[in-house]
Amino acid sequence: MSETFSYYPGCTSHSTAVEYIDSCGEVLSALGIETKELPDWCCCGAASAHNLSRTLALGLSAFNIREAQREKADLLIPCAGCYNNLSRADNALRHDPEMRAHLEKALGFSYTGEIRMLSIVDLLAREELRPAIRARIQKPLTGLKVVCYYGCMLVRPAGITGIDDPENPVRLDTIMADLGAQVIDWSCKTDCCGGDLGMSHGKKTKELVNGIVDYAVAAGADCLVTSCALCQMNVDSRQNRIPIVFFTEMMAEAFQIGNRKRWWKKHINNPAHLFKDR
Amino acid sequence: MKKIGVFVCWCGSNIAGSVDVDQAVAGALKLDGVTHAEHYVYMCSDPGQQKIKDAIAEKKLDGVVVACCSPRMHENTFRKAAGSVGLNPYLLEIANIREQCSWVHPDNKPAATAKAISIIEGTLDKVSQNLPLETITINLTKRVCVVGGGIAGIMAALDLADAGYDVIIIEREPAIGGHTAQISTTFPYFQEISELLDKKRAQVHEHPHITVYLSSEVEALEGYVGNFKVTIRTQPRFVDHANCTNCGKCLDVCPVLVPDEFNRGLTRRGAVFRLNRDDERQLPVIGRRDCLHFNEGTKDGCGLCADVCPEAAIDLGAISSTQEESVGAVVMATGYDLYSPANLPEYGGGKIPDVVDAMAFERMLDPKGPTGGKILRPSDGEVPKSVVFIQCAGSRDPERHKAYCSRACCMYTAKQARLYRQQVEDGTAYISYMDIRSDSRDFEEFVQKGMEEEHLLYIRGRVAKVFEEGDLLKVLTADTLSGHALEIEADLVVLALAMEPASGIHDLVKKMNVTVDGDGFLTEAHIKLYPVESSTKGVFLAGCAQSPKDITDTVSQALATAGKIQTMFANETLIADPLIAEVQTDICSGCGICIETCPYGARVMNEYTGISVVNQAVCQGCGACVAACPNKACELINSTTKQLFRVIDDFARRA
Repeated sequence: MSETFSYYPGCTSHSTAVEYIDSCGEVLSALGIETKELPDWCCCGAASAHNLSRTLALGLSAFNIREAQREKADLLIPCAGCYNNLSRADNALRHDPEMRAHLEKALGFSYTGEIRMLSIVDLLAREELRPAIRARIQKPLTGLKVVCYYGCMLVRPAGITGIDDPENPVRLDTIMADLGAQVIDWSCKTDCCGGDLGMSHGKKTKELVNGIVDYAVAAGADCLVTSCALCQMNVDSRQNRIPIVFFTEMMAEAFQIGNRKRWWKKHINNPAHLFKDR
Repeated sequence: MKKIGVFVCWCGSNIAGSVDVDQAVAGALKLDGVTHAEHYVYMCSDPGQQKIKDAIAEKKLDGVVVACCSPRMHENTFRKAAGSVGLNPYLLEIANIREQCSWVHPDNKPAATAKAISIIEGTLDKVSQNLPLETITINLTKRVCVVGGGIAGIMAALDLADAGYDVIIIEREPAIGGHTAQISTTFPYFQEISELLDKKRAQVHEHPHITVYLSSEVEALEGYVGNFKVTIRTQPRFVDHANCTNCGKCLDVCPVLVPDEFNRGLTRRGAVFRLNRDDERQLPVIGRRDCLHFNEGTKDGCGLCADVCPEAAIDLGAISSTQEESVGAVVMATGYDLYSPANLPEYGGGKIPDVVDAMAFERMLDPKGPTGGKILRPSDGEVPKSVVFIQCAGSRDPERHKAYCSRACCMYTAKQARLYRQQVEDGTAYISYMDIRSDSRDFEEFVQKGMEEEHLLYIRGRVAKVFEEGDLLKVLTADTLSGHALEIEADLVVLALAMEPASGIHDLVKKMNVTVDGDGFLTEAHIKLYPVESSTKGVFLAGCAQSPKDITDTVSQALATAGKIQTMFANETLIADPLIAEVQTDICSGCGICIETCPYGARVMNEYTGISVVNQAVCQGCGACVAACPNKACELINSTTKQLFRVIDDFARRA
């Protein structure tokens, strides 16, 4: 691919989702996709900023959009939460003249609308990339039964996230099927895992997580596959029945690249056994 | 020099409040050609009109300007008055000094008065160059083509035929009746549909004035109001109904099994089938799409039905035919289809066998239907003890599906749930709804009775998802009145799917030259005043082709359409306004730009002279061709470029 993207790793890349960011990097370079990390990125506002002030939440993300605009390249975002926040800010800048004027003044820039927010799932599920992905496979995931879990941030609201189908998204499913895994259709693809309530209502979160896991187990899945760092941490840490793996880790496993042993250790429910004797 | 009269109306204080009418009259009298000017409090009143008539007669006026409200209001009134005393009506023009002057300048009387005089002067200049015109008469063929043989088409056709006019019905299915034939009973009185429909269908087939074309579609429509020519293409049925004795032997031997559309997939049928499998009076037909004889792999391989037919009534070599009919009016009664359940994967639409749509449920309720009127789960044939009806499935969801309300679903869902509770006494019926729209006579009472006496459980909220768990279906929803999330175990789920225009509507409207809205529903000429007329003169609307409706409203609209056509047919010829476009044949180069531009299809190329011609019956005088013509060869009669430039000159000089 000749396109170069500016790249927004997000805070979890330095903390709970190191394995996600590492595997993203490995997969992107394996596929020859060039990225350039924004030199001066800041937090997108995560789940906290918008509870305090809409302007603050949009402003933090608008700051990052300003940085990407300087790089003159579409902004590639691995974290689903960051993608959601940045897309909301981009949407406000694009369609809300009042907010745009306010943010432009506060951040001292002029929004051009030339660059787009791009989630890594949308990029890697592009039709034209499918042959390249298939060609990179060293060890197909044959026999592995997976359910794909999209959560909220990549999906809702559909007008802003640009998801393929908000009730039945299929991009992760397509990638997993291309890797040779047996993708099982299930009914919790876009259910909320309760991530935001983890601190304040832990009991409720546990209930939601276990509801999802119940159905994943009933569907006969060996693991859940996700692209959301918060979902991964949340679902992984509140049950001990099934591993939850980033889709880029699965790709790296199929490509046989990256320091996968180190990644598996970062999981509370270690998925290493899934890949051992195949 | 022409003698022109000017009549200034006060319109009470509407005009006189901000325009000095005395000065306006004085100003008018100074203008060239004005031999009479006066003002009056209400020119449109009888005494006001009398003043105009008297002046025309006494002063032998040969042109009149009435300075008053918009020509939309009273142009016709004054032209009629002028005509009654012998002045050609087209030599009277309106100077709009109300909407375009007094109303917009309430606080500046001198300026408003000067502007009024200016408007009068411009109009005066125009009227002095107007030509006296006669109305155009158009031939009228008093026959009607009804497209679609559902309840709308049937009712419109019967009404028109009873009035003595010949009607042809074009129906693409092998039988008339439309979706109404699939429904079991009506609301709010639980009347069996077959009681109503069978009678009407028989009347259609027996009526001496009605011709029905089955398995047929409109191939082309040419002509204009009063003078349409419809080309009808009839697909072969491959069964000669003149010889068929309806013995059913062909039905038994056909090796094909496909889902039966009439029963919404609850049963299967062969490639040779009766449209309504359970109606033994219907004669079989062969569906080309499903038949092995026409299939690539087995081409010509199968002919079992032809072999077994004792009457040799099956001819697999039959071909489609076309026919032409001349008609004066067309009724578009093309109806609706249900939105595909496959669009609702979160409800298991098209995937889970026990998630059915409302039409399939109607088939179960039909005593002559596939289950003999018993409500049974499609998966195992058991009686469902818990049924969840989901309303607004695909409707009222602008982000993913249809933004509009499908209108009939609230009532038919209440009907279906009540019939279920009457049949399964220990069953529970849940109805998921957004709002209950029961806005016609006895509708609200019908719903209330269901809630109170049959204990229908209405749950306000939208269902999140439906999925299988073991033998059961789980329905996740929320009761938004109490604020609780709910998980309902169901044996059967019924989707009240959105109604959408019948398939193929976009191709058809191009042929018929009528307009549709963003959803594909046919649009009327005016939603309040011309509700059954389409954008094309002579083409009328009836039923769900225009918007979702129940049977009551569909029939009302169909009869209104029939009435409108009878009004049109009450005259021997049609009369059209002569204020239309004309072509200066010595300037026209035959480039054809006007033909592409004309929104009404009123422009055609004369193939012998190579010059564009105006179809006087179709032209609406919109002026699009005048603006488009690169040679300035098109003019609007009595609004010529020369006239309009003079009006502008008048304004410019005074300004």
